[in-house]
Amino acid sequence: MKLITAILKPFKLDEVKDALQAAGVTGMTVSEASGFGRQRGHTEVYRGAEYTVDLVPKVRLEVLVDDNDAAAIVDVIVKAASTGSIGDGKVWTTPVDSIVRVRTGERGTDAI
Amino acid sequence: MDEIVLNSGDTSWVLASTALVLLMTPGLAFFYGGMVRAKSVLNMMMMSMITISIVSVLWVIYGFELAFGYEADSPWYGNLSFSGLGGVVNDFTNNGGVYPVPVLVFAAFQLMFAIITPALISGAIADRTKFTAWAIFVAIWSTIVYFPVAHWVFAFGNKVGDVVTGAGYLASKGVQDFAGGTAVHINAGAAGLALAIVLGKRIGWRKESMRPHSLPLVMLGAALLWFGWFGFNAGSALAANGTAALALINTQVAAAAAVFGWLLVEKVRNGHATSLGAASGAVAGLVAITPACAFVAPWAAVVIGLIAGAICALSVGIKYRLGFDDSLDVVAVHLIGGIWGSLSIGLFGASAVNSLGLDGIFYGGGTDLLVKQALGVGVVFAYSFIATLIIGYAIEKSIGFRVSKDSEVQGIDLNEHAETAYEMTSSSRGGSLL
Repeated sequence: MKLITAILKPFKLDEVKDALQAAGVTGMTVSEASGFGRQRGHTEVYRGAEYTVDLVPKVRLEVLVDDNDAAAIVDVIVKAASTGSIGDGKVWTTPVDSIVRVRTGERGTDAI
Repeated sequence: MDEIVLNSGDTSWVLASTALVLLMTPGLAFFYGGMVRAKSVLNMMMMSMITISIVSVLWVIYGFELAFGYEADSPWYGNLSFSGLGGVVNDFTNNGGVYPVPVLVFAAFQLMFAIITPALISGAIADRTKFTAWAIFVAIWSTIVYFPVAHWVFAFGNKVGDVVTGAGYLASKGVQDFAGGTAVHINAGAAGLALAIVLGKRIGWRKESMRPHSLPLVMLGAALLWFGWFGFNAGSALAANGTAALALINTQVAAAAAVFGWLLVEKVRNGHATSLGAASGAVAGLVAITPACAFVAPWAAVVIGLIAGAICALSVGIKYRLGFDDSLDVVAVHLIGGIWGSLSIGLFGASAVNSLGLDGIFYGGGTDLLVKQALGVGVVFAYSFIATLIIGYAIEKSIGFRVSKDSEVQGIDLNEHAETAYEMTSSSRGGSLL
């Protein structure tokens, strides 16, 4: 089992979500995040005082998938999230030891 | 002598203006509150609220008498006695001439000026002032600085026949200040500078971001100030007449031109016209036109406003160069705007628009009026700055003027008021009612 974590541009969330649902993904967790990569931040001006804002608002999307599906789902996310410009984000996978569905007590891939 | 009868039109307008000017102080609370960080907004607004509370009470006890005492004979202060308001319900206002408006109405109107002046100072010491120390400061400062200075500027004396007695020092020198460029704005600006020096810089000043937490609140505050300012300036005519109308239209166009002036500086210097700049420009224009509003023609009000917006925008940089943390730019907006507005009468003053006014340089009056105006600027600045430094250091050395470092970093709202303005997260914070 794998945990796919994607950092996305906030306005791309809906497209990625729809693409994942179309690809058969049944659940996901989304949270607001902030950070920077090569994009860096931006500058704001208040009464002439310039502030650099390093951390840019992003969305973090997490999906649990079976090992066999992981590569395909990553491709779905990358395709839907891409705008071709700087700051599109990153997608990575991490191995997952165990999963339990709280309501039923199912374990492993049944709980995905 | 003809018997004077109450003029209900004049009285109504001054009553309405009184309510308008009161609204400026809560408006100021929004204006300042939006400009501080989210952890300090309630404290910033509370500094205005407690000022309303303290000054109103002092005013009916002795403040009005100290500023406008009937038959006072000192140019420096009115009477040192109980205000005694209420025993004179039907007496008319006598302030360099008899106005057919009850003196109680005049007292209420002038109270609102006494309230907003110390409230303006609070912007210079945002995020770090001990609340009780501020409350004590307001009481002392009003007594030692505002009430006497209001007497110097606004008390035109008791007029009986052709004899005027007990006019304030600057009023008797012929310094023109229609609605408070010296007594209100230079006074508050100089005091703000002094307190910013006494309290010192906020932790992290010029290192971490101290951006305004809510620009919509700032815009709301600017709107309320602009609206209330019609009472401030046009109400100062103490009559519903052409002078009030002149003051009103000058107020409008000066503020409008100043928005443009401030935004022009921003656009050229920083590349963007900002909402904070528009709100600040409006207030700068309103400040500058305050002393001049009934002494100049509307075209001159446009010029005064335009220049006010530009020089106040440029003056914001003074604090960075000299290194004092005037947090919300009381110096740049109120001190610089007040000085410019007061001096502008010496340039644009026109007796043609107001028979009580004098001609400035551009109307062939020579430099006499400008020199008088400079006297008013210098005297009020010097007195307010020095007196405020003394009061400020006295409070700092006795009870302390500033909250602890921990309180300041964690948030003054939480530590001084046991409240926070906003619920920052939707999840439970794990508390329960004690």
